[in-house]
Amino acid sequence: MSSFWEYANPRRFMRTTDWLLPVAAGVALVVTAIGLIWGFFFTPDDFRQGSTVKIIFLHVPSALMAINAWIMMLVASLIWVVRRHHVSALAAKAAAPVGLVMTMIALFTGAVWGQPMWGTWWAWDPRLTSFLILFLFYLGYIALWSAIDDPDTGADLTAVLCLVGTVFALLSRYAAFFWSQGLHQGASLSLQPGTRVDWAYKAPLYVSMTGFALIFVALVLAGTRTEIRARRMKALVARERMA
Amino acid sequence: MIALLTRDLRLAIRAGGGFGLGLAFFLILAVLVPLGVGPEPAVLAAIAPGVLWVGALLACLLSLDRIFALDWEDGSLDLLATAPIPLEGVVTVKAFAHWITTGLPLVLAAPVLGVLLNLPTGAFGWLVVSLLLGTPALSVIGTFGAALTVGLKRGGLLLSLLVLPLYIPTLVFGAELVARGAAGLPTQSALLLLAGITAGSVAILPFASAAVIRINLR
Repeated sequence: MSSFWEYANPRRFMRTTDWLLPVAAGVALVVTAIGLIWGFFFTPDDFRQGSTVKIIFLHVPSALMAINAWIMMLVASLIWVVRRHHVSALAAKAAAPVGLVMTMIALFTGAVWGQPMWGTWWAWDPRLTSFLILFLFYLGYIALWSAIDDPDTGADLTAVLCLVGTVFALLSRYAAFFWSQGLHQGASLSLQPGTRVDWAYKAPLYVSMTGFALIFVALVLAGTRTEIRARRMKALVARERMA
Repeated sequence: MIALLTRDLRLAIRAGGGFGLGLAFFLILAVLVPLGVGPEPAVLAAIAPGVLWVGALLACLLSLDRIFALDWEDGSLDLLATAPIPLEGVVTVKAFAHWITTGLPLVLAAPVLGVLLNLPTGAFGWLVVSLLLGTPALSVIGTFGAALTVGLKRGGLLLSLLVLPLYIPTLVFGAELVARGAAGLPTQSALLLLAGITAGSVAILPFASAAVIRINLR
């Protein structure tokens, strides 16, 4: 049984993702398509929300991945700080833009849903505010990566920023809940019995959540491969110059 | 450490250190806001806690890049890093010096600006208390941001992008404390949370800042 840590070797990582990336991307596309088409066209309209309820099939998965992308960045940064595997740092770098876009999708679909339902595009609700704050954290993280030339210094600094940022993002979340009363409903899905969402919506929602997770995996793999290739190119250019 | 503190204070107060710049900025902001939103006393009273806190935060931000930039340029940061006192101590002293030159004047000036913004009488005490408790956190968090961007050519704008999201909890609890004080509501929870954030930041962030400086000096 091979260890997970073998993928810290860039060559090994590249060899495995050579076939894994197309597979993951293909499955991601199929699953997301099934989830979204099922959700958009084969679910009944809600008796109060009408067809706007179907935004949930984009909103919830993207919001889920927006948070999970940050958690993945946190884990990858920790691995980089502790074990100094370059692939890990590059994966964290690759995950940030994906998380940023997921946050944007969640905010945008939320606004589109909120306009007819709450009568406003935006409210300073704790959940909305925490997502906007998460968006700012992503922006800062990406900006720091792009500002630093030396890749190892960049990886170190952004890893520390990610660790500190996580603490402050969580604090901001609780601060937002302290600061304002919510308009947003509580968790729609929960592991506890007695859920509030009917299976007619829940089944396609789970499918599209899986699809979004797979899209995230595929995009991060692609991004990491690009970063590894970019580093190889840099090394080759440097070697050329030395010779 | 005391020698370092007096050195930093002297550098900040003497010519070119930009001492008082943050204070002037704070004053200008407190003048501009009523000009922008109109002189309605009720409106001003409602927004005064938030405006004063945002103003203090921005004034703090203004002087952050001075914490390490000059020492980085003339190489004294390398000397400090190899000095017998630990780098974590250096960072803490730097943050403390920044607080004395920026945060403390803001605390002292805030009540005067509160008058300009028609802050309710009951809130003045809370304004001073909240700033006194909160501005050390702003300095320490800002020192971390300054440490992150110390090696960059044009780090100023990036610094604000990195630091402002980190300021959110402090701002929320600080402004909330003043607003609750102004409305005569119980203030204990906001007070304790603000104090907690400051205590946590002061205890933990110097380690992060020192780690970041070591990376940048590599």
